[in-house]
Amino acid sequence: MWRKVPLRDEYEVVIIGGGAHGLACAYYLAKDHGITDVAVLDKSYIGSGGSGRNTAIVRSNYLTPEGVRFYDESVKLYEQMACELDFNVMFSQRGHLTLAHSDASVRTMRRRAEVNKLQGVNSRLIWPDEIARLCPHLDLSDHPRHPIQAALYHPPGGIIRHDAVVWGYAREADRRGVEIHQETEVTGLRVDDGRIQGAETSRGLVKAGKVLNATAGWGSTIAGMAGIELPMTTFPLQACVTEPLKPFLNTVVVSGSLHVYVSQSDRGELVTGASVDPFASYSLAGSLSFLEEISGHLLELFPCLSQVRILRQWAGLCEMPPDFSPIMGITPVEGFFIDTGWGTYGFKASPICGKTLAALIATGRTPDLIAPFRLSRFAENQLVGEKGAASVGH
Amino acid sequence: MLILDCPNCGKRNASEFRYGGEVHPRPPAAQQLSEAEWAHYLYMRPNQQGVQSEWWYHRAGCGLWFLAERHTYTGQVTRTWLPENPKSDD
Repeated sequence: MWRKVPLRDEYEVVIIGGGAHGLACAYYLAKDHGITDVAVLDKSYIGSGGSGRNTAIVRSNYLTPEGVRFYDESVKLYEQMACELDFNVMFSQRGHLTLAHSDASVRTMRRRAEVNKLQGVNSRLIWPDEIARLCPHLDLSDHPRHPIQAALYHPPGGIIRHDAVVWGYAREADRRGVEIHQETEVTGLRVDDGRIQGAETSRGLVKAGKVLNATAGWGSTIAGMAGIELPMTTFPLQACVTEPLKPFLNTVVVSGSLHVYVSQSDRGELVTGASVDPFASYSLAGSLSFLEEISGHLLELFPCLSQVRILRQWAGLCEMPPDFSPIMGITPVEGFFIDTGWGTYGFKASPICGKTLAALIATGRTPDLIAPFRLSRFAENQLVGEKGAASVGH
Repeated sequence: MLILDCPNCGKRNASEFRYGGEVHPRPPAAQQLSEAEWAHYLYMRPNQQGVQSEWWYHRAGCGLWFLAERHTYTGQVTRTWLPENPKSDD
């Protein structure tokens, strides 16, 4: 799939983090800008972090115009991806339902639908009769504590095979000359006179005039090596899968109020996750309280699942910024770029992140699409409040 | 599950508490800070893997806010104390 080559001591660009973001950036550096003197470093195997731990949901029905525009470009790149990378990423645009269980929630969904439509995104508010047609197993009666009142329906949303996205980008980047170095941990960054000089790694110093921090969870740690503090806190996010069932769930179903989202994979398993854990941590350990909570909430939506067993659970790390929007672009250290603050919504943005950051690294100009997400927005009081559509809405 | 030793009620499951974030003292003479310094205080956090001091609120118990020293990877809590009682190891 990709070569294993010796690590050189100098590259034009070093990308820290071999996940979907870092590898997409490497791919677009090579494809769009002809920059192939690039090393992607990962402390473990590629896709071992957030890229392999998310619930693989792709959508663009966000709340702010900035967010909607950005994620919609990502969905469009996902639509072309299998063809572009010559790799079956199994993108299934099966539709995405975000349930509303209260008047306030219905109002937010209506607002999201209108913001989405203004940006040309297919998204609308639907009522229980239409929800029942799309998802007949959902409990739409008035029995639950929080009966379902409406839903935001987003037909282009869906699920994808996240490992294939990582491998597809890795193979194509490698074919174009990018080097992928696994088991290579960055332990420090060299900064001289306000300019990045390179990265110290577990395999020696690697010099580079341009370094991208594309890690998830450890974004603050890596930025701290360059003397930069970032406005985010790392929390684990847990997810689990059930035993395989015959196909019955044709859409992705999300409930922000119940802190649960669920989809049925091609193998028939239900993939389901919650919001981040209630306290900050770097631990990837699963907890019983998560299983208890998610099972309860899942049964409120689908009482028919009461006999289904959970096969396994896992956790990934999410760095949460105060406004639930990413923090990407330039930093006060020249040549040091960040792709951080991806909270619980990073995977679905991978292609457009890679493309825009590659343009920034190659040209030095920040693309308009990512300018709202700049680090300096916090000092400028220009936050992009996306909590209403990003906190649990995967 | 994480177990916290509330300085008032003793050891309880973390689900009884609400996490209040890293200790982050308000800078003295806040009115004299520049906008950049104020924004830095407001938003930037060390967020490092390791031992940190943090706030917890015992919402399902005595209702007190207290402080804890916890490792953000291992989850080990080395001590808890009340803010008015900084020297205490309780």
